[in-house]
Amino acid sequence: MSLSEPRQSAATRETMTRPSIDYWNHRHVLDLDDFSREETDLVFEIAEGMVEILDRDVKKVPTLRGKTIATMFFEPSTRTRASFELAAKYLGADTISLDATRSSVAKGESLVDSLRTLQALEVDAIIMRHNCSGAPYLAAQNIDTSIINAGDGWHAHPSQGLLDIFTMRQQLGDLKGRKAVIIGDILHSRVARSNIWGTRHYDMKLVLCAPPTLVPHGLRDMLEKYSLNHVTIEHNLDAAIENADIVMPLRLQKERQQSGLISSLREYIQGYQINRTRLAGAKPDVLVMHPGPMNEGAEISPDVAYGTRSLIEQQVTNGVAVRMALLYLIAGGKNR
Amino acid sequence: MTNNLLLIKNARILDPGAGIDDTGDILIAEGKISKTGKDITAAGAATIDASGLVACPGFIDLHCHLRQPGYENKETIASGAAAAARGGYTTICCMPNTNPPLDSAATISYVRELAARDAPLVRILPVGCITAGRAGKELANLTELAGAGCVGFSDDGSPVSDTRIMSLAMENTAVLDLPVIDHCEDLNLSQGGHMNDGWVAARLGLKGIPAAAEEIMVARDIALCELTGAKLHVTHMSTAGSLQLIREAKQRGLKVTCDVTPHNLTLTHERVMKTQEGLQTTLAYDTNARVNPPLRSPADIEALIGGIADGTIDVVATDHAPHTAEDKLCEFENAVSGISGFETAFGVLMSLVHSGRISLNALVTCLTTGPARVLRDNAGTLKPGACADLVLLDTGREWTVDVQDFLSKGRNTPFAGCKLKGMVMATISSGQLSWRHSSVRIS
Repeated sequence: MSLSEPRQSAATRETMTRPSIDYWNHRHVLDLDDFSREETDLVFEIAEGMVEILDRDVKKVPTLRGKTIATMFFEPSTRTRASFELAAKYLGADTISLDATRSSVAKGESLVDSLRTLQALEVDAIIMRHNCSGAPYLAAQNIDTSIINAGDGWHAHPSQGLLDIFTMRQQLGDLKGRKAVIIGDILHSRVARSNIWGTRHYDMKLVLCAPPTLVPHGLRDMLEKYSLNHVTIEHNLDAAIENADIVMPLRLQKERQQSGLISSLREYIQGYQINRTRLAGAKPDVLVMHPGPMNEGAEISPDVAYGTRSLIEQQVTNGVAVRMALLYLIAGGKNR
Repeated sequence: MTNNLLLIKNARILDPGAGIDDTGDILIAEGKISKTGKDITAAGAATIDASGLVACPGFIDLHCHLRQPGYENKETIASGAAAAARGGYTTICCMPNTNPPLDSAATISYVRELAARDAPLVRILPVGCITAGRAGKELANLTELAGAGCVGFSDDGSPVSDTRIMSLAMENTAVLDLPVIDHCEDLNLSQGGHMNDGWVAARLGLKGIPAAAEEIMVARDIALCELTGAKLHVTHMSTAGSLQLIREAKQRGLKVTCDVTPHNLTLTHERVMKTQEGLQTTLAYDTNARVNPPLRSPADIEALIGGIADGTIDVVATDHAPHTAEDKLCEFENAVSGISGFETAFGVLMSLVHSGRISLNALVTCLTTGPARVLRDNAGTLKPGACADLVLLDTGREWTVDVQDFLSKGRNTPFAGCKLKGMVMATISSGQLSWRHSSVRIS
């Protein structure tokens, strides 16, 4: 089976109760820590329908016609922003986008003031990215409009976590007993944190592999505190990817070397780059994912990034579908 | 008060310095304690029936921020002193991180003049800078500052990183016989940190400040104390490791003292993420719980409580740090550090007494004789002849913290809405009431 043809959808293959929209209990999407299995399954089931829409020639449906979705990005982003905006447009919503790095925020307006303005403009949901961990929580605590977290600092990136798991399930079906490995800068990674929470419902193993300086000091205690027993931390990449079903290297930012967190790019590549040689230790049909943007030649070699095992493009497509599902549930669902 | 006589009847008189814990009366004349004992009568004296109340020396705070000059939107000497009086404080030491900072005789004198004018009922003792402009580069004129009346030296919040500068400062302060009151933080290690380094920081995606950042500087300062013979007071110490270093230094006979804050004794780092009633999110990122040093782990709290019980900790200091609402209504990473602490300190600390963790005597010691000893000050006692600074406490009175009711301009506190048991009923400063709860009657 070729990777470009997804297997039968997980939800139809598994003998589980069909998720119902009654399970949906979210005004905001801030992180996956408060998503139940039923809610996550519901997102995936709706996203499968959205994938079908995305396969059409004419992708637009009227589900959110008359709704307005605002994006508010306090940090540069191309793919996440484009993905959310396309998702909103395909559902028929109007979108406005505030480039917060250039707007009144740059003139000293506080976050809460900016959000109150958006609330007064009566938008139906705000998709927010912020360089500070917790900023969407501040938003949700101070205005009534629904907030969708599109990434906050080092903390969370729930739509990415959902699209990652959706992509895994699309390819592998039931994830029970599967082993996924996230490699690299766990310390600064909101993607890793959201995947920790998101994967906990699926009876799979998640290994976080990084040099010791790129793992938060309190992570082991945190995993213990919340009984997140499906997650382990491993510093040795070969041990981590042994028998892995999925590997997901994280972007290595150049600043990490300047701040001394890694000795040199050369040493990092020797220890942690995902390349053909490294993948020999994983399962033969190991899948390669990446949340983007990639630093080719750093955390991942180009032949692997664009090789037959790579799901990176599917992730991008699925990202739109998952975000359509979230927008449907938030702006079109029962809570409105 | 006719004839300047004030009689306090039937109080439980608790004076740890004098070893007194007995029911009796206190007669105050001309601003001084005249006598204490049973069945005192004084013709024409104004009388407070203090039945059921504890009378003890007025509290002394070694560490607070009054924000004037420079940050009058956060606090003024008048509003800070009013809040202090309500908290039971009769003597407070204000930190020099004002604008301009208290690094010259002129600024020290200015604060003392303002204090005399705006807050005559609270004794305000300024702390001077260690370095010019609190920049850590050149020593302030320490002798001049001492001459102007500062009671100690600190670059609080911007600790002196350069060990040589600190060593030179301590050689000078040793001769001046005034304490260096150090905020111990290795800025290289704590750089960019927002809260305690631990599982909550990992959970919230915030950069942590490891305990070692404090302990490294405590160890350095102790070594410099040994080298120079200076008096070292480690302020708002927050970790088990710091406590152990200080315990060992004291055992070696070094002139080291220390204080802890009410919040570091009672709240853990988990408080940062704790959601309150009415919050619709799973996590809080509560900027009112952002403070430096940060709220630490339960193990640290356990150790600190042990340090009060065994006397290693000399002082409880508020680190009263008022801020405006705007300073705190923002992203956690962008929020300023600090807690408005005067008005909740006693009630918060009483939770440790009610739970049996420390004795009332140990607590009052840390609020009175302990800080008096660090300052080599005559206050902190009810002995006849002493200045009549005292406080009347209802240790069992329950109340709910309502920040709208604060006298401080700073309503920034993680204790907002908390039910506390233990209230300051009246504060008397040089024989005059500086605070009185409405239920306390004078006849």
